[in-house]
Amino acid sequence: MVAHLLRLKLLLLRNSLRRSPWQLVGIILGGLYALGLLALLLAALFVVGADPALARTAVVLAGTVTVVGWAVVPVVFSGVDLTLDPARFTTYAIPVPQLLTGLAVGGLIGIPGATTLLAVLAQALSWYRSPVALAAALLLSAVAVFTCVLASRVAVAAAVSLTGSRRFRDLTGVLLVLPLVLLGPIISAVGEGISAGASFLPRLADGLSWTPLGAVWAVPGDIAAGSYGPAAAKSVISILFLAVLAAAWRTLLLRALVRPPQAAAARRSAGAGLFARFPATPTGAVAARSLIYWLRDPRYSTSLLVMPLLVVVLVFAGRDSQAGSGLLVTLALGPLIGFLMGFSPHADVSYDNTAFALHLATGVSGRADRAGRVLACAVFAVPAVVLASVLPAVLTGHAGLAVPVLGVGLAALLAGLGLSSAVSARYTYNVPLPGENAFKTPPGSAGRSLLVQGAFSLLLFALLLPVLVPGAAAVVLQSTLWGLVTLLAGLLVGAAVLISGIRLGGRWMDARGPELLQQVSVNR
Amino acid sequence: MPGGYAGAMTSTPDPVPALSLRGLVKQFGSKTAVNGISLDVPQGSFYGLVGPNGAGKTTLLSLATGLLRPDAGSARVHGTDGWAQPLEAKRLMGILPDGVRLFDRLTGEQLVTYAGLLRGMDRETVQSRTRDLLAAMDLTADAGTLVVDYSAGMTKKAALASALIHAPRLLVLDEPFEAVDPVSAANIRDILTGYVRSGGTVIVSSHVMDLVQRMCDHVAVVAGGNLLAAGTVDDVRGDGSLEDRFVALVGGRTHSEGLEWLRTF
Repeated sequence: MVAHLLRLKLLLLRNSLRRSPWQLVGIILGGLYALGLLALLLAALFVVGADPALARTAVVLAGTVTVVGWAVVPVVFSGVDLTLDPARFTTYAIPVPQLLTGLAVGGLIGIPGATTLLAVLAQALSWYRSPVALAAALLLSAVAVFTCVLASRVAVAAAVSLTGSRRFRDLTGVLLVLPLVLLGPIISAVGEGISAGASFLPRLADGLSWTPLGAVWAVPGDIAAGSYGPAAAKSVISILFLAVLAAAWRTLLLRALVRPPQAAAARRSAGAGLFARFPATPTGAVAARSLIYWLRDPRYSTSLLVMPLLVVVLVFAGRDSQAGSGLLVTLALGPLIGFLMGFSPHADVSYDNTAFALHLATGVSGRADRAGRVLACAVFAVPAVVLASVLPAVLTGHAGLAVPVLGVGLAALLAGLGLSSAVSARYTYNVPLPGENAFKTPPGSAGRSLLVQGAFSLLLFALLLPVLVPGAAAVVLQSTLWGLVTLLAGLLVGAAVLISGIRLGGRWMDARGPELLQQVSVNR
Repeated sequence: MPGGYAGAMTSTPDPVPALSLRGLVKQFGSKTAVNGISLDVPQGSFYGLVGPNGAGKTTLLSLATGLLRPDAGSARVHGTDGWAQPLEAKRLMGILPDGVRLFDRLTGEQLVTYAGLLRGMDRETVQSRTRDLLAAMDLTADAGTLVVDYSAGMTKKAALASALIHAPRLLVLDEPFEAVDPVSAANIRDILTGYVRSGGTVIVSSHVMDLVQRMCDHVAVVAGGNLLAAGTVDDVRGDGSLEDRFVALVGGRTHSEGLEWLRTF
């Protein structure tokens, strides 16, 4: 049965690659990236390996970060590859232990899984100087790898079962942000530690090695150092933790299998809602529809979660560092939010999926379609960027800098929206389908989104140069004149890119509407 | 309701067809989905498009309505070339595509309103027509429920309402009765026959022969991407039932030998 599940996963992967060659490109890019990381890691390991104490610190810290990464990243950023979505096995009578084993081993198929597996094995081999440590490391590498996989499955299953209940969905944002807020203090603590000197890190590693997250990574180092007692205790901790994770996953999975996610209670809202608040034109209608989706569709609303995270991280980073650089970090908030919000609708048509057929059937002009989507995003993004640009400058006592920062922020937002308008009318991505788990990513999409984000950022940076140069001058020279120039340039450049983006995207959409529908209907 | 409205139509001199397809071809990779189909749908007809699963019905209707670009051929809607002047053609058509999603995070009322506003209609007209359509589709009580929470039949009815809101002259409906309950189906049939009686044209695809025989006055049989027969229902079916004629045309009937194990439990 386990072999069946693995074969199923490989087959699904192969077939999905056959449907969309871009996904293959994504996987290759992601694979190259992972290979690069591995090579770096190997080099570092064999340099560090000469000093057991140093190696132990490095392995414990890196290992703990890996486990945390497996648990947090899928929930917050990238989503998890749910090719073998447990909910799909509801109707098959597969014994639970075999299903669990199959799904866990299946989690290793794919770039993150394979990379982690190789990295953990390499780490184990780097203890070759002490045969006992090497043996323990090899034995425990299975525990380490499956701790990673199960941590991510438990985190995602918990997030899904929480977001699955509709009433909870409105609260998701708040509840997911709370733990993120803790990231701020953690980051500042780590920052303090690093600045306090390298002596902090071994102490941190010591502490972590007694926690479930770090225990498994510390055992070989302890053995190499001759402390067998702690090594035994930490082995027990790590195996117990794996057992707890497995039990938690089993519970969550059984609940998902017995009660597949479904509409708890029908949601109702009377009248035309937002449609009554926007102008009764095609553009206004598209804007109202988009805004409703920003509010109701978890695929959109989870992308808004990044904003508070950014605020927290930057504020903490800015608070703790020296006055000069700290100020700069906090001032980056407005432009960064502008960039992120401008980037956010770049996959809008992919998110519509085949519902886009309605736009095609009604013959709405591409320009109205593009402008409406921009308008919906601007409704909340413009106030957000204005606040995020002006408030930090005023609160840190540099009110004069609010003007150039606002210029850069608005330029980033408007130009980003313009670029997105053009991009989403032409290029489509494999995104979670409407109504699907927002935390799910199709394999290979991470590599592709890296590529798209990179190209998008470069292009945007080039377009924003006429704003960034006077902006830098305004901050460095503390000049009001340059500040005003930046704001003016920002508005001009932003508006110009926005209008040309809407026009270009509209023209593409008018000319290639049926092809665009074909592209999105490949992702089913 | 036997198909009896063709008589009223033949009294007027045959004008431009409501839909005129010429040599439509569409290939997906090496598979030919539609293999050079030409077809005229007269104005005021209730036209049935039948064919087995995978015959190319949906592809053909997509090519005709501008949702899918043909490799070759043309589609004219009341004389307007749908691929040269798509906007004019789309104004004349109401489309219910099969197998596409809806903007299902909208309520039923919002979805129909959205379709009207996208067509550039003014707010008052959209509002009053939405109310009428929801009532006609028996969705008034669920107007405020999100479409994602609708049943399959309710979803179909909401989509149909959004295809009707701009009072098109030609309705192209892909599988409109799938999953719709008998009462709603009868109501929709009444709406459609009334629409045809007042001069509108309806094309429905279906694989329920009985329904087509009772409801439509014209029928076209498609299989394997080819048009096998087209004309009035009476011409196509001859003496037998439409279903018998269909099976004779399409072939592929297997006799129920084999699968003996299914009877042994």
